[in-house]
Amino acid sequence: MNEPQARTAYYHDTVVRQFSLMAVVWGVVGMLVGVIIASQLAWPELNFGIPWLSYGRLRPLHTNAVIFAFGGCGLFATSYYVVQRTCSVPLFAPKLAAFTFWGWQLVIVAAAISLPLGYTSGKEYAELEWPIDILITLVWVSYAIVFFGTIGIRKVRHIYVANWFFGAFILAIALLHVVNSAEVPYSWMKSYSAYAGVQDAMIQWWYGHNAVGFFLTTGFLGMMYYFIPKQAERPVYSYRLSIVHFWALIFTYMWAGPHHLHYTALPDWTQSVGMVFSLILLAPSWGGMINGIMTLSGAWHKLRDDPILRFMIVSLSFYGMSTFEGPMMSIKTVNALSHYTDWTVGHVHSGALGWVGLITMGSLYYLIPRMFGQKKMYSVKAIEVHFWTATIGIVFYIAAMWIAGVMQGLMWRALNADGTLTYTFVESVKATYPFYVVRVLGGLLYLFGMTVMAWNTWMTVANGRSVTVAVPAPQAA
Amino acid sequence: MDILFLLIPLSVGLALLIIVALAWAVWRGQFDSVEAEGERILRSD
Repeated sequence: MNEPQARTAYYHDTVVRQFSLMAVVWGVVGMLVGVIIASQLAWPELNFGIPWLSYGRLRPLHTNAVIFAFGGCGLFATSYYVVQRTCSVPLFAPKLAAFTFWGWQLVIVAAAISLPLGYTSGKEYAELEWPIDILITLVWVSYAIVFFGTIGIRKVRHIYVANWFFGAFILAIALLHVVNSAEVPYSWMKSYSAYAGVQDAMIQWWYGHNAVGFFLTTGFLGMMYYFIPKQAERPVYSYRLSIVHFWALIFTYMWAGPHHLHYTALPDWTQSVGMVFSLILLAPSWGGMINGIMTLSGAWHKLRDDPILRFMIVSLSFYGMSTFEGPMMSIKTVNALSHYTDWTVGHVHSGALGWVGLITMGSLYYLIPRMFGQKKMYSVKAIEVHFWTATIGIVFYIAAMWIAGVMQGLMWRALNADGTLTYTFVESVKATYPFYVVRVLGGLLYLFGMTVMAWNTWMTVANGRSVTVAVPAPQAA
Repeated sequence: MDILFLLIPLSVGLALLIIVALAWAVWRGQFDSVEAEGERILRSD
């Protein structure tokens, strides 16, 4: 950190602090709900006959909490931090930034109440009812104004590559949310989608896949391109490649959605277009993954004693793994086996727990001590414990789901000599039971790691204090 | 599949927007001395 210069401008870090801490809190909550519903799949009695605790209501609560509450808060925190640091200016419209924090927390609380009560629009990853959808839109537009406003008043001519990723994420989510959530209100908490039938399905998965592409990938790549170089103290392996990565990725992602609807009423050619673009996606994804990992070239020894860096590099390995698995699963013949099985669930979690989770945790471990005037987290040993429990948890989780998924796919398609089905559906459910138990174990490990992080964060904050950092004088280009 | 009449123009529009943004960045010299820009973030905080 440089010496504060004679300038009077200070970075607006209050909102960064708030979002970072809430990311940790919502992480614990969202992963806890995940463990609860994973247990319900193994032992259905665990809903205790209470409707609010039924799987169908808690599952969207889990996905919303981990994606939009944990991941969302992490993205807000890091993007506000990165855009100020790389542009050498405080946030544009700091009051609006404060509104994005409180507004976003209100969205999360509204979700946590309305979903268990059974209010849902029934669209995956967009379940929230229309009044909450409007609030999301307001928060998101404010976010865009703050972020792009800050870019607009930047003191550094070059826009750092992480900001391109964050910017694309913000714009794309605005568009996706508005189009997919178009609905006709019927009453205060009930609405009907503006689209019907297969049209609705296509819009839903145009949204759903781009939410993966622009929320869970592009946003977190913004994190990756700032925090890995910072933690490794080395520049991005190839800055040129990062630019190619960005443009190729955003151009390709938006055509891949139809692979969620293979062998449905969607026209065949649309499915094939989705498959081809999914396969093309492998190239930019791996380009970015290699670029991130190679940032460590010449400094591999740092992995040995820096658990934060290990979080980041292992997250990229999972990114590489799931962006290889995804295109493979989008091939129609593979999809005929994998679709509707737990393989899909395993794939999602290798991306979510492995890539999104670990890169967010690594970035927060970098950010939180700096936000509270500390050099490092309260306990580095605890980061180490978190890293290993999380990694082992992921391996348990995805290995169980791979086996379960392939087994289910094979059982469902097995035919007797006379053409009748070999297995009933419930036989495949029964066969899955042990794998569901292993998944609970993996989830528990991952959750345990997150609670260790929460404790570590608490101790770091308790021993530190909020610091105001002056904006350094702009450097010559 | 009338929905494609919405989604395809929307996606093509978006792709054009991406091309415009790329053209802007290239002509404004955003990518002129890229490797130096990677180093810059390490110098300030």
